[in-house]
Amino acid sequence: MATPGKTSKKELLHLYREMLLIRRFEEKAGQLYGMGLIAGFCHLYIGQEAVVTGVNAAIKDGDQMITSYRDHGHMLALGMTARGVMAELTGRSGGYSRGKGGSMHMFSVEKNFYGGHGIVAAQVPIGAGLGLANKYLDNGKISTVFFGDGAANQGQVYEALNMAQLWKLPTLFIIENNQYAMGTSIARSTAQKDLYKRGLSFGVEGVQVDGMDVLAVRDATKKAAAHARAGKGPMILEMMTYRYRGHSMSDPAKYRTREEVSEMREDHDPIDMAKNRLLKEKWADLDALKAIDKDIKAIVADAVEFAKTSPEPAPAELYTDVLLELDA
Amino acid sequence: MSIDIQMPALSPTMEEGTLTKWLVKEGDAVKSGDMLAEIETDKATMEVEAIDEGVVGKILVAEGSQNVAVGTVILQLLEDGEGVDDLSAPSETPAPEATPEATHEPATVSSTPEPAQSTASVQSVPVEMDVPAGTAMVETSVRDALRDAMAEEMRRDDRVFIMGEEVAEYQGAYKVTRELLQEFGAKRVIDTPITEHGFAGIGVGAAMGGLRPIVEFMTWNFAMQAIDHIINSAAKTLYMSGGQMRCPIVFRGPNGAASRVGAQHSHDYSSWYANVPGLKVVAPYDAADAKGLLKSAIRDPNPIVFLEHEMMYGEIMDVPDMDDYLVPIGKALVRRVGSDVTITAHSRMVGRALEAADILAGEGISAEVIDLRTIRPLDSDTIIKSVKKTNRIVCAEEGWGQSGIGAEIAARVMEQAFDYLDAPPARVFQKDVPLPYAGNLEALSLPNAQDVVVAAKGVCYVK
Ligand SMILES: Cc1ncc(C[n+]2csc(CCOP(=O)(O)OP(=O)(O)O)c2C)c(N)n1
Ligand SMILES: [Mg+2]
Repeated sequence: MATPGKTSKKELLHLYREMLLIRRFEEKAGQLYGMGLIAGFCHLYIGQEAVVTGVNAAIKDGDQMITSYRDHGHMLALGMTARGVMAELTGRSGGYSRGKGGSMHMFSVEKNFYGGHGIVAAQVPIGAGLGLANKYLDNGKISTVFFGDGAANQGQVYEALNMAQLWKLPTLFIIENNQYAMGTSIARSTAQKDLYKRGLSFGVEGVQVDGMDVLAVRDATKKAAAHARAGKGPMILEMMTYRYRGHSMSDPAKYRTREEVSEMREDHDPIDMAKNRLLKEKWADLDALKAIDKDIKAIVADAVEFAKTSPEPAPAELYTDVLLELDA
Repeated sequence: MSIDIQMPALSPTMEEGTLTKWLVKEGDAVKSGDMLAEIETDKATMEVEAIDEGVVGKILVAEGSQNVAVGTVILQLLEDGEGVDDLSAPSETPAPEATPEATHEPATVSSTPEPAQSTASVQSVPVEMDVPAGTAMVETSVRDALRDAMAEEMRRDDRVFIMGEEVAEYQGAYKVTRELLQEFGAKRVIDTPITEHGFAGIGVGAAMGGLRPIVEFMTWNFAMQAIDHIINSAAKTLYMSGGQMRCPIVFRGPNGAASRVGAQHSHDYSSWYANVPGLKVVAPYDAADAKGLLKSAIRDPNPIVFLEHEMMYGEIMDVPDMDDYLVPIGKALVRRVGSDVTITAHSRMVGRALEAADILAGEGISAEVIDLRTIRPLDSDTIIKSVKKTNRIVCAEEGWGQSGIGAEIAARVMEQAFDYLDAPPARVFQKDVPLPYAGNLEALSLPNAQDVVVAAKGVCYVK
């Protein structure tokens, strides 16, 4: 076991809260899907909360994030509202894309969230492109691009890595290695399973990180962000993580054992890990943690209420947002 | 107050399921994430997870209960400090709040969609079919018809193999390749990494090298990653090599809009591929055609783009019980004979055209419905012959209108039967916007039977 990461009461309570918000939000989204209020594809982030929470704790306001369809956690971490995300899931006008995007496609210019992409790995070169814009504009920002272990096999990832290193783009390539791409385990999709080494032939440094430990994620990201911000180019962070639920809502997940899942849940849960540390350091007692949970449940319940009552988009919305007027 | 836990839906269309197994008993303490029960539908077995902390108060639905309606309270959970006395009467079973598109199938990659409601107007026996009289018909889903076609061709020719994402161990993302791995083994049923551009190119190379690949795209949306190989490598090589180099390959998978999966997963590529010389483009409607056309495609020496429809996979229809049922590529099928107006369609839209023809018949308009079956080469003869009889045409398709299949057909009709037309050709197509996620907007976007009816009345100058 690595030595426990340095932190403070204030910071760890904050990170705990952030992760718990994602967990409770996702559980509720799963429930609403079961009630027919959410349709289509819905990919939950349960189990992976420490990754985006730790990354977010290490980057600065204004740095960008871009990810796949498994995007609810990233948006909540960036401070996009639970209401707006939930209402997009239900396809209502109060959603971030006014109901036109759905679970996989949300964006926020204000919070520097660039989506929500449905085509596996398409976000990777786009994320590098955000890095190019940052360098070009000399704005001091870095871009963070999240993608899966399955996405890591797409060719465009390597085209992007090569250019990012060639042009020293301030971009972090964050692989959320949850060990499965739908029903394909990483061992069945690649002969070279150390994904953090995937940039070496282009000269892109990589590190492997315990993605279930929010502080380890934070520390690794801090280093990589400093590297990128100093003009030294991109880095790969391979976050070892796990999704507890099926790939999307109706994946029966027969490709792994129940024991494998419960072992991860029992012994490596990112939220439990933070909770135990809080208790051990006496930064919080059970009552305090319960109060946090209650708070978060209230936020989620409010989001659900909003997402149920927000009206469907007006029919005229069908035709808006296809192209801009010249003077827009 | 106790917390009611309800029978969840695994998909927007699931209405009931079997509670196969309780994983907890009364008195057990549970926390968020614990598995409570296993439920089963015709598609899959799934676990119900607790999302609240508490003690199992009362189990209301016994293990093994079948046809448990979605929304039924199956268990009551006691919160901290509550006792059995705190159990409230289970809340009224709410009808699951149906999304506007609830009649659609779920569009979940890993599921086996339930059969969509089949409308009375779905004619499964075509008007013309090369089937010997007295041939028995077997009710088969479109999904299984496709599978049977591949299995038969793989038995017949050991150069035929299939590769794609999740085709082997997972049995196909939409279960179209179910049991092929078991029969043919991992050499011939190959799971690929998520690398469309790469494996499409490998498929092309294997075809050039003497094999007969079937390349499955989980959906055609993802083949945009691979379109360079489909067009530049597969379609053009015969020509560029002066006729020496062949590329016998079938690219197949579901095309077009499913249900509520948003803009990036709902694209109809019919007209894209139809534009390319060197390809054949096939888009079957019913199960018999799915089987007969896919078998022909696998035997064809050319590169074939085979466009299926996810929403049709679960439809159960008649397939002739024959050892070797082949449907020729390049021949349209008159599915309903009529005299007042010709309606053309392909893939799922054929069902809507037939539905429209039923409605029109009720209003005294006799519509002839042509199932294009193959989009390239397009069977102009059948269309022109029909228009010369009806003098009117409505071209219906699910994709966008501009440069679409309907635009092509309208142009051909004007070139070849202009003097026979009593009205300008009409087109029915998807609204000219990316497909929205919201249920109400999605329904407004996609063409339905009523749109066809309106267009047909329009060309007949009937109000
Ligand atoms: C180009 C492309 N191919 C296939 C798919 C279908 N698909 C969606 S998610 C997925 C698995 C991706 O796995 P991974 O990259 O590990 O991400 P995770 O889902 O585990 O977060 C697949 C095959 C897609 N959306 N896009
Ligand atoms: Mg993965």
